[in-house]
Amino acid sequence: MSEGRRIGGPLLEVEDVSLAFGGVVALQGVSFDVREHEVRAIIGPNGAGKSSMLNVINGVYHPQRGTVVFKGRRRRRVDPHEAAKQGIARTFQNIALFRGMSVLDNLMTGRNLKMKRNVLEQALYLGPARREELEHREKVEAVIDFLEIQHVRRTPVGRLPYGMQKRVELGRALAAEPELLLLDEPMAGMNVEEKQDMSRFILDVNDQMGTTIVLIEHDMSVVMDLSDRVVVLDYGRKIADGTPDEVRRDRRVIDAYLGVAH
Amino acid sequence: MQFFFEVLIGGLLAGVMYSLVALGFVLIFKASGVFNFAQGAMVFFAALTTVGFTSMGAPFWLAVALALGVMAALAFLTERVVLRPLVNQPQITLFMATIGLAFVIEGVAQLTWGANVRALDLGVADEPIEWLMDRTGMNVSKFDLVASGIAAGLVAVLAVFFNKTRTGRALRAVADDHQAALAVGISLQRIWVIVWITAGFVALVTGLLWGARNGVQFALTFLALKALPVLILGGLDSIAGAIVGGLIVGASEKLAEVYLGPYVGGGIESWFPYLLALGFLLVRPEGLFGERRIDRV
Repeated sequence: MSEGRRIGGPLLEVEDVSLAFGGVVALQGVSFDVREHEVRAIIGPNGAGKSSMLNVINGVYHPQRGTVVFKGRRRRRVDPHEAAKQGIARTFQNIALFRGMSVLDNLMTGRNLKMKRNVLEQALYLGPARREELEHREKVEAVIDFLEIQHVRRTPVGRLPYGMQKRVELGRALAAEPELLLLDEPMAGMNVEEKQDMSRFILDVNDQMGTTIVLIEHDMSVVMDLSDRVVVLDYGRKIADGTPDEVRRDRRVIDAYLGVAH
Repeated sequence: MQFFFEVLIGGLLAGVMYSLVALGFVLIFKASGVFNFAQGAMVFFAALTTVGFTSMGAPFWLAVALALGVMAALAFLTERVVLRPLVNQPQITLFMATIGLAFVIEGVAQLTWGANVRALDLGVADEPIEWLMDRTGMNVSKFDLVASGIAAGLVAVLAVFFNKTRTGRALRAVADDHQAALAVGISLQRIWVIVWITAGFVALVTGLLWGARNGVQFALTFLALKALPVLILGGLDSIAGAIVGGLIVGASEKLAEVYLGPYVGGGIESWFPYLLALGFLLVRPEGLFGERRIDRV
């Protein structure tokens, strides 16, 4: 762990959240917290409710019970749009990029909320609107440099290989300069080399920008290396919570992953 | 040969006017996946409103500005009353809603301004360009040329808006992926209003140009039907497609009328584009520039 990073108080608190789709229960009374500047992992077998949890945090789903407190503010119903305004950015399990647009344009959409010039000024392409474009362009270029994707800057995202698209999606989230970054399986489907790159980027983001990160991941070794604390879900319930070492030794976690002997 | 070019140029210039109509459809379809059947009604409404204001004594430019304001109000209302309650409904539902919207707009337009055919004079006569007539003997309409110039300007402005500004990027983003757009903090409702205002603006330009040529009348609403083959040729979600599609439709219908018409007794201009579109549907259903959809089965 690096010296520059100091884990602070709770940034996000999930309290007793339950979510059901009709008769299917996705989450049942889940509580945990995420502290400032930490990397928090959510793991669990398929269908454990990990993505649902992320979708609750970023306002895609509204839980039937329980609350989410972000930056000390208890919120009732939040839409993804408002969550983004509050400083939450995310990536998706099945990449959700704007495929027809260039890498640069995709990252620029990440700056959307930071740009203030109104539609009329933009439509007329007035000086202030143009200057604003340039200002934000600089920030985006910094993200591009950081992620080492300079060479594909102008390429339409749809034409990039899968691993690269994942990286661009991370870039779009970073462009928003979020306080909380949600990563839904950032390394799914990657080869070893790509995974190493992505791990390095995630650690650097956390380290250099101080961004708090919540990530979902299947690859246990990755999770153990990256995260400060781990939540384990199984069938929509929290079955363990602690440091990677604690979680690894937990009987119920081992059972959930390997099956229980009868 | 000279005659061929004369017909071709006339056709292309007419095609630009079709492109304009199609452009309005493409804008809304791209951003919201809605096929806006009311675009024709909007063209009619915009033109009629302008003429209405001028007949009340307003100077032309003021009337245009007022009409633009009315179209913007219409966009707000449409988003509020029609689109927002139907969010996440199947596309066909939204399509049906726009058919209803078309009737409402047509009704309101005629209720407010009356149902008479009105003349609209943009100050450019529909007569041959003498300079060109003297040199080459070709008959090219001055009005058509000016109209094409205006259309080209409009497309250029839209291109800059779409490619160089935040809102333009947000529009393209919404067209690409709703979920991802929400996650980066783009408000769908706001974007829809902007798209409908833009489509209203295009409808206004279209209405003024068509109205100046054919008179501002109810028949303008049928322009929507003329846009269909253009859209099928060019692809529903491509601005470039709308332009090229319009040019192809314009040129081919005039050429077909002149060269094939005599063999079948003439009058094929009105249905030839649909035949062409039908052929296209068989060969390339996504259109020339449309996005090819590959669905998982």
